Amino acid sequence: MKLLAFFGNDKTCTAVLLLITAVTFIIPFCNLISPPDSALHFSAYTVSLLGKYMAFALLGLSLDLVWGYAGILVLGQGAFFALGGYAMGMYLMRQIGTRGVYGNAELPDFMVFLNWKELPWYWLGFDNFGFAMLMVLLAPAILAFVFGWLAFRSRVTGVYLSIITQALTYALLLAFFRNEMGFGGNNGLTDFKDILGFNIQSEAVRGVLFMMTGICLISAFLVCRWLVNTKLGRVVTAIRDQESRVRFLGYRVEMFKLWLFVFAAMLAGIAGALYVPQVGIINPSEFSPLNSLEIVIWVAMGGRGTLYGAIVGAVLVNYSKTVLTGLLPEAWLYILGGLFIVVTLLLPDGIVGLLQRKIREQSA
Amino acid sequence: MNQFKENLFDDPDKSNTGVMAVKGSLDTRHGPILYMEDVSVSFDGFKALNKLSLYIDDGELRCLIGPNGAGKTTLMDVITGKTRPDTGSVFFGQTINLLEMDEPAIAQAGICRKFQKPSVFDALTVFENLELALKADKGAWHTLFFRLTGEQRDRIDEVLATIGLTEATQYRAGILSHGQKQWLEIGMLLMQEPKVMLVDEPIAGMTHQEIERTAELLLSLQGKHSIVVVEHDMEFVRSIARKVTVLHEGSVLTEGTMDEVQNDPRVIQVYLGG
Amino acid sequence: MKNNPLPRYCWLLSVLLLVFSITVHADDNQPLVDALNQIKQGSMTDREKAINQLVALKNPRSLVVLQALLAGKLLIIKGEDKLVIAEDVNQEYEVRDAITDAKLGTKNHDAVSKINLTNKLRSDLRKIIGELELNADDPVIRLAAVNAMANEADERLLDLLKLRLNIEKNPAVKEALENILLLQQMDSADKNLRILAIESLKDHDNKDVFNKLKTIVEKDADGHYVETDSDIRNTAELALIEINNRLQLYSAIETVFFGLSLGAVLVLAAIGLAITFGVMGVINMAHGELMMIGAYTTYVMQQIMPNHLGISVLLSIPAAFIISALVGIAIERGIIRFLYGRPLETLLATFGVSLFLQQTVRSIFSPLNRSVATPEWMSGSWQINDFLSLTWNRFYILLFCLMVFFALLQILKHTRLGLEVRAVAQNRRMARAMGIPTARVDALTFGLGSGIAGVAGVALSQITNVGPNLGQSYIVDSFMVVVFGGVGNLLGTLVAGFSLGIANKFLEPFAGAVLAKILVLVFIILFIQKRPRGLFPQKGRAADG
Repeated sequence: MKLLAFFGNDKTCTAVLLLITAVTFIIPFCNLISPPDSALHFSAYTVSLLGKYMAFALLGLSLDLVWGYAGILVLGQGAFFALGGYAMGMYLMRQIGTRGVYGNAELPDFMVFLNWKELPWYWLGFDNFGFAMLMVLLAPAILAFVFGWLAFRSRVTGVYLSIITQALTYALLLAFFRNEMGFGGNNGLTDFKDILGFNIQSEAVRGVLFMMTGICLISAFLVCRWLVNTKLGRVVTAIRDQESRVRFLGYRVEMFKLWLFVFAAMLAGIAGALYVPQVGIINPSEFSPLNSLEIVIWVAMGGRGTLYGAIVGAVLVNYSKTVLTGLLPEAWLYILGGLFIVVTLLLPDGIVGLLQRKIREQSA
Repeated sequence: MNQFKENLFDDPDKSNTGVMAVKGSLDTRHGPILYMEDVSVSFDGFKALNKLSLYIDDGELRCLIGPNGAGKTTLMDVITGKTRPDTGSVFFGQTINLLEMDEPAIAQAGICRKFQKPSVFDALTVFENLELALKADKGAWHTLFFRLTGEQRDRIDEVLATIGLTEATQYRAGILSHGQKQWLEIGMLLMQEPKVMLVDEPIAGMTHQEIERTAELLLSLQGKHSIVVVEHDMEFVRSIARKVTVLHEGSVLTEGTMDEVQNDPRVIQVYLGG
Repeated sequence: MKNNPLPRYCWLLSVLLLVFSITVHADDNQPLVDALNQIKQGSMTDREKAINQLVALKNPRSLVVLQALLAGKLLIIKGEDKLVIAEDVNQEYEVRDAITDAKLGTKNHDAVSKINLTNKLRSDLRKIIGELELNADDPVIRLAAVNAMANEADERLLDLLKLRLNIEKNPAVKEALENILLLQQMDSADKNLRILAIESLKDHDNKDVFNKLKTIVEKDADGHYVETDSDIRNTAELALIEINNRLQLYSAIETVFFGLSLGAVLVLAAIGLAITFGVMGVINMAHGELMMIGAYTTYVMQQIMPNHLGISVLLSIPAAFIISALVGIAIERGIIRFLYGRPLETLLATFGVSLFLQQTVRSIFSPLNRSVATPEWMSGSWQINDFLSLTWNRFYILLFCLMVFFALLQILKHTRLGLEVRAVAQNRRMARAMGIPTARVDALTFGLGSGIAGVAGVALSQITNVGPNLGQSYIVDSFMVVVFGGVGNLLGTLVAGFSLGIANKFLEPFAGAVLAKILVLVFIILFIQKRPRGLFPQKGRAADG
């Protein structure tokens, strides 16, 4: 309890945290102790769906860190997510081995199909889980570093920065669609078999992946929470509100933004790496600007600058998406479009902000 | 570039002194702490500064006056690195070339600025505002693991007392009155322990008592700090100034005591129009 | 033919007569009637004579009759003994009088009989017609005739062509004539003549010349040159180098043209954005969808009047402007005005609008792409020479882009609205203080920018398919153009659009379309490092904000 108090004395926040913790551990536990036909047993579909939501929540969290606290509206956060996902996907592809359609031990199916003779250099090492996990962090981090270094150093801010991040993910989308890139082109990477030698379809592995996602989400949340409560967090908030003033206090604003941006990119990469084995595919559409914009609406909807708001938003919006695309596929874009308008016009602080105001009004 | 790399890796020894080690340390043996020579700035043909030359002595309290558009704010922009002049040179002491430095480097070297519009961080508390301004290593890594020492805490309390905001320590700066925000910003200036303070219109929005206290404060600071005050309120300028510089159309019109300046026919011409 | 020099002489004479004749006795039909009567006679010899007579008549009707004869359309109506020219329509013949061209109604296939020709007569006839066409008044017919003869030129025709060359005034026909003659000359026995021919042909942009020269420098299967004379080969090679240089120039011109036309599209897409962003500081993410609306307006207009393609496209321009402008004003009044000073929120809200509009279009018109027909005067291409042709639709879009651009400049410079727009852009508060109704100006500015987006959509519909995703693909590009050119500077937008278009097209051959796009994006990101405010930055305190 003391620990929780240290990380925040906000009741809603604590409730959200407890709920995630409960979900993370109870669902795999139930599946472990109950037979498949029991009422306590969660179907593979439900588990992977909830796992997906939690990966998205982590992604939303990463965006909230840069947008909610540093005021950098990144319209390409999905790119880092996708890069992490591709790094994981590459590891999983190498795990297929000779079980592919062409039975080639060295090359993934799509490379055999393209008549490639050997593995491109950037695929080397991805058969090693440790290396692949390192890449899950490094690939997004390096992209974020190079891009952020260029952008922040030349003081590109506001809408300019937003649009350029969108251009970035758009460029990557185009690039990853190309077969010559060696990432499976249009179809992406799929048909995974094993992870660390275990069958990726098996219930136990799914349970573990689910728990890992939950644990990563909770840890990331706690780290972010700690981060924004340090002096660095306060500098970043100050940058959000009055960037040039911070500079005149002697802080190198671009460095603060850069490190935060890189850190958030790494979080997004982790989210992508957790997402891919649970949904079983990664393809270039993850780079599409629309995906990145959806992340923004999760955070805006939940309430930015609160961290747990991003989690709430990610789960709510994605749950609605799952339900609505099933019921009324036509209506989803109307609703998404409407959300953008309603949230910006009427709910600037998101659901969390609304709840907090309600609570305050009641107690007052 | 070099300086940038050093800060990138956040070596606490280098980031503070890297600039100064290269450019030499602050040298004021000849008297002036700020040298501006032949500085010109133009915006789309409009000359905001026109071959302006100005020297500020170490420990001096200088007032800058002049009609709107005379170039007062642009002058501060040039000193603090916000605006690059088209021509001219700006030195801090005899050896530190300010034109080669960016805003954070200049701030770290000891030139701090209060803005015309009060610029405090509304989302942070008064205490946190001062903590941010506190003279300390301002690299990202250091900031992440920063913890206030007892000494630093005392220093903040001291400044809080000086600016009369002890009661409001935990208030968010956004809810302060206009005058209080001005004081908070002056406090932030003090926290940085600067060599040179550039103070742009400090008393706008203050009550009469607050104005008097501001004057007292500024007078008490002279000697320890070099202070440049831009102000329109002539009574206030008269109450604090030894030496007044009048700017007009981007260059120095005249310099002297308040009485000398006020009796100068050119100044009268500029202010009353001719 | 060779053993019958008389007809040949007759032809020559008749052609000469035709060439030098100034007056044509069109009213005097009697010789024509006589000649046609002779054609009706059964004997082939008679027909040959009749043909010669027809040629000698110098009557413009002769050519028509002879062409019909060659095409098998000259018929005799059984029982009436009347010569007619027939068109096959719905399994019947629509017949016209061969002499007077008067309509004579339709005839059953059985009711007529064809005038037959021998193969020899037919091939003679073909040449005769060629000669007549060669001397026609219309240079287009002449040029076509010359080009048709290029492959079957024999001695006799060459003489004819030489004669024609002496008097030909039209440069295009003249060049075509020279081409044929010189190409022939390249095969002559005289070495000097051949070299001379090559020397003079190397300045011609002609595929036949190019191919012919290539055969000269070719080797056969054994590695020996087909052409034994090395002087000729060398001359040919030099000529080929010159032609190849020109080909490179043409391909560069073509690339620039493609680049300019792509640039025109970018500029059209960007200037509306430049207005709303430059003047109001508002990023309208629905800008692309406003273009989409313009494109769909064109589509609907064509559905309304499917038989008047040209008019429907022209009418679409004002229609698209008005519709997009109204939608734009609705967006401004309904959403954006509540968000001034919060650019990021505006960006998100307008993005929501764009999703909304996309889905609306999907629901109304289906998610499939619709193709919009291009009116005739916009299709096809301008064939400058054998190696260089520019398509008309791109040409018109370029022209259209410049027109829209300068119209906009004029509006901003010379109208009351323009003055107010500029005033608000420079200092909103001051403008309001001076009594400018800033809210109205905002709405109108936004309407203007949106209307231009609609007009851009009309242009887009002429070069690409119209679909719900049309707008999305342009929003990033057009924003890049605005940023590259410098915000708030229309001329910058123009220059930036064209340079990005050209850069894109020059990169494409090396890098492929996708990589070219990526390279351009990377370039812009790097460019902003150097010049954060674009090519033509706004200076001053206002720009520092």
